[in-house]
Amino acid sequence: MLSILRTMWNVLLHTFHKRVTIQYPEQKPYLTPRTRGRIILSRDPDGGERCVACYLCAVVCPVDCIALQATQDENERRFPEFFRINFSRCIFCGLCEDACPTYAIQLTPDFEMSEFNRENLVYEKEDLLIDGPGKYPGYNFWRVSGVQVGGKGKGESENEQPPTDVRRLLP
Amino acid sequence: MGTIYIDGEAREANDKQNLLHACLSLGLDLPYFCWHPAMGSVGACRQCAVKQFKDENDTRGKLVMACMTPATPNARISIRDPEAVAFRAAIIEGMMLNHPHDCPVCDEGGECHLQDMTVMTGHDYRRTRFPKRTFHDQYLGPFVYHQMNRCIQCYRCVRFYRNYAGGHDLNSFDIRNTVFFGREKDGVLESEFAGNLVEVCPTGVFTDRTLRQHYTRKWDLRMAPSICGHCSLGCNITMGERYGVLRRVVNRFNSEVNGYFLCDRGRYGYEYVNSKERIRDAMLDGKRISGDEAEQQLQTMISGGKRLIGIGSPRASLESNFALQRLVGKENFFAGVALGEWEALTAAVDALRTTPARIASLHDVEESDTVLILGEDVSNSAPRMALSLRQATRQQSFEAAAKLRIPLWMDDAVREVAQDQRSPLFLAATGATRLDDIAAKLYRAAPDDIARLGFAIAHEIHSSAPEVPGLSNEILEAARTIAVVLKSAKHPVVISGTSSRSIPLIQAAANVARALCDSGLRASLSLVAPECNGVGLALMGARPPQEMFDSAKDATVIVLENDLYRRFLRSAVDDLFGSAERTIVLDHLANETTARANLLLPATTIAESDGTLVSSEGRAQRFFQIFPPQPELRESWRWLRDHAWTSLDDVLKAMADEALQLAPVIKAAPQESFRIAGAKVPREPHRYSGRTAKTANISVVEPKPPADPDSALSYTMEGAHVQPPAALQPFFWSPGWNSIQAVNKFQSEIGDALRGGDPGVRLFESSSGGSYFNAIPAPFTPRKSEWLLVPAQHIFGSEELSSHAPGIAELAPDPYLAMNAAGAAKLQLEASSEVEINLGGTAYRLPLQIAPELPDGVAAIPDGLTPARGAELPAWTAIRRAQ
Ligand code: SF4
Ligand code: SF4
Ligand code: SF4
Ligand code: SF4
Ligand code: FES
Repeated sequence: MLSILRTMWNVLLHTFHKRVTIQYPEQKPYLTPRTRGRIILSRDPDGGERCVACYLCAVVCPVDCIALQATQDENERRFPEFFRINFSRCIFCGLCEDACPTYAIQLTPDFEMSEFNRENLVYEKEDLLIDGPGKYPGYNFWRVSGVQVGGKGKGESENEQPPTDVRRLLP
Repeated sequence: MGTIYIDGEAREANDKQNLLHACLSLGLDLPYFCWHPAMGSVGACRQCAVKQFKDENDTRGKLVMACMTPATPNARISIRDPEAVAFRAAIIEGMMLNHPHDCPVCDEGGECHLQDMTVMTGHDYRRTRFPKRTFHDQYLGPFVYHQMNRCIQCYRCVRFYRNYAGGHDLNSFDIRNTVFFGREKDGVLESEFAGNLVEVCPTGVFTDRTLRQHYTRKWDLRMAPSICGHCSLGCNITMGERYGVLRRVVNRFNSEVNGYFLCDRGRYGYEYVNSKERIRDAMLDGKRISGDEAEQQLQTMISGGKRLIGIGSPRASLESNFALQRLVGKENFFAGVALGEWEALTAAVDALRTTPARIASLHDVEESDTVLILGEDVSNSAPRMALSLRQATRQQSFEAAAKLRIPLWMDDAVREVAQDQRSPLFLAATGATRLDDIAAKLYRAAPDDIARLGFAIAHEIHSSAPEVPGLSNEILEAARTIAVVLKSAKHPVVISGTSSRSIPLIQAAANVARALCDSGLRASLSLVAPECNGVGLALMGARPPQEMFDSAKDATVIVLENDLYRRFLRSAVDDLFGSAERTIVLDHLANETTARANLLLPATTIAESDGTLVSSEGRAQRFFQIFPPQPELRESWRWLRDHAWTSLDDVLKAMADEALQLAPVIKAAPQESFRIAGAKVPREPHRYSGRTAKTANISVVEPKPPADPDSALSYTMEGAHVQPPAALQPFFWSPGWNSIQAVNKFQSEIGDALRGGDPGVRLFESSSGGSYFNAIPAPFTPRKSEWLLVPAQHIFGSEELSSHAPGIAELAPDPYLAMNAAGAAKLQLEASSEVEINLGGTAYRLPLQIAPELPDGVAAIPDGLTPARGAELPAWTAIRRAQ
């Protein structure tokens, strides 16, 4: 009896507390940039596609909802020929973002992607690719990696010596 | 065997081996780079350091390189010793100082031995900030892609390329930390084994350039055990597929056959499977029809008591040939092999069946201490054997090393002892071969003269072999010398084959082997056969091809995976199709024969089929579907099957009941009902990705994995990831060992057979019957105005299927006609002038090449590579300047 009364009293007191419930969708909550919502593919500071089609996001994905195919352009720059995420399977765990060595794949605070049709939750590269670098502005993988790629020769990456001269006679 | 103590535990180890070998054989993880199970140790990388202790009271011990220290009984070592652990971590850190930040775009990633070893030693953070050393890369041809920055200077590549494979154009340059591995200048790698660099190199310096065109990580490949279909040796391979495209071929270890290496035709020929020329639909008189309609059409065409003629194929599986033979009846089943080649092939199979010698596996060839090759250019017709032969010529130096008590795995020391010493390899060939450089004695002559030499050697070895009449003193002398050396050998091997289409050659080789056996030696014999299943076809009891031309009149002709225009004269094939009532063709690549089909049935390639091939060793080996074929495609045996058969096992059973000599074929691999812990063996690795997105663009509902009624392999990643029987091993992968070097974990002792025995069953063992062959040919006499035209084999181009792979096609030679300078002078021709020949009533024009090695009166054209490919060779022809 006493406990019932105490409970009722507590409930009554809550009426005077500040509200935490937000009137979504009329009211939008603030979500930090690190919130794990809709996945995007970003571009490097030069505007090129960041994804180098390394398949690491695909293999780390616990529900296997990422599929892609690597290809090269005429400058030997590797990029995904297609890149597909099946959001009807995605659990927004963010492991792909963790695995990505180029900051290409990023989770964003947008979560409003419900659909009546599951088909519409299959996103292709065109749907995923955004115009900017997302959360990580400065990084460009190709400037760091040692491969030769459109315009950047061997030994021209960050922190590299010029290529050796095999025919040099000095010790 | 002896006892060694590893971290205080007593373990059994092979005392003829080194500590690294011992540790790995025991299943322990010890990182290494420069040691290779087939190439031994040189101690170059310093990665395999362990602590060794004098005795049980020694607590300080000393660091030694496990690969350079013998596993002597009672050796005490520690892998876990903190100093050894720190040393190994420091070595990796040193290698990583200059390593580029490439893994995401490096094709080695995910199966990189360097990644594995780095993880194993625990090095995970770069502490240095100074600029990295870089190198220029080179263009090395269509097969191998070069990224020199990734090199860790282990020297495996040059040791393989130069020492093991006998190549010259890959080398190390420069000094210090800038040692460079590549060619003197950009260009196609010359060795036909260069492709192995992609597996030998523990890093991404050398990667598969064909894979790069459709790159997929190892973890994403659907893989299954397969057999190379590009020559008769039957090397074991693993193929990988993704999104319906065949991505690559890697070696599948079989200690009796290919060991750790393949040839480039086998590794890179796979691309024909993805060719635009593939037949993807059934066609009725040029109109596309569905698979079911085709099935009905086939039924109407073959039922109702019509006379059926079946033409088999040496490049189709046993099962497909058998299904056809069963359908048309034994008396109507013909071998679809060129006439001369068929005669040579049946002679070879006959010789293999009756020889008292052991039929040599590639492993036997490698262990032979004396070699006699009669008229077969193995580097081009059975390429992997050439690599084994190079190792065979080292056998004598192994004895010298053993005398000095140098263990065989001490590679550098053994080679130092050997210097230029080689075990004798006697090479008789019509033209130049890629083994000339290791031959103790070279003998160049027309095939008949080589056969005479062979018969003479046999007679010199054992007098019961027939004597050769009318031998010149010179040849007699040569035969005597060779006979003496062969007789003093421990394990001599005699090699010949069908590519010259010469029966005397084969019988001469068989006589030598028999004479050696009669002299009490343990000799072996190897006869290279045409294509991947020539021996299998010969064992089916097909009727000889010449009889098919008459029988075809007014009959329904069924051609199985065979382009008859490649094998017979155009006019004859035209007549055959013209006189037949109807033609049904099953094949997978469009060709002139498929163009003649009334009913064309799309067949699957090896990559999409299950079946069995019999190698020239007489080894029946099963290959499995890598991926399910598109719905309209079917295996030929499925198109042609008896309706009582529902699966491969039914075909095999029917075949075993019918053809007794083929009964053991059933044992080549476990049946469909085989299970491990209730599950089939998965074709997909446990990390296979994208399952729920792969086909989401077509339908978001994931399809059920395809069923496989024909094998104990499944199209999933589910199942026990434990070692299956070797014939079912879909790929080599073990925790912490992602690269192909994981094969270590599947052998009972490193370098020995896979646990449970190597795949395949041998169909012939030495027999006690048989006798010497007596049909000794007359000596070759050049003619005045005619040349003997012989076929020359080319590793790239002579084989039909692989020549549809772009890389192989790029390296195939242009058509030519070769003769020696004297011949050209006689005709007043110079190199590259156009000549005209006449074969089977048709004139052909070819540019002339001067080949100084060819004997007088003999000319050669590349097999399968000229418009004259249907003409029967060898043939006599006049050669003149084209008008
Ligand atoms: S991990 Fe990053 S770079 Fe690699 S495939 Fe995924 S998105 Fe592309
Ligand atoms: S060689 Fe291995 S470690 Fe080096 S970049 Fe390639 S995958 Fe990475
Ligand atoms: S290229 Fe590869 S095999 Fe050759 S030394 Fe470098 S890492 Fe070793
Ligand atoms: S030797 Fe023959 S079977 Fe072996 S890989 Fe080469 S082509 Fe294939
Ligand atoms: S593996 Fe022992 S030193 Fe390289």
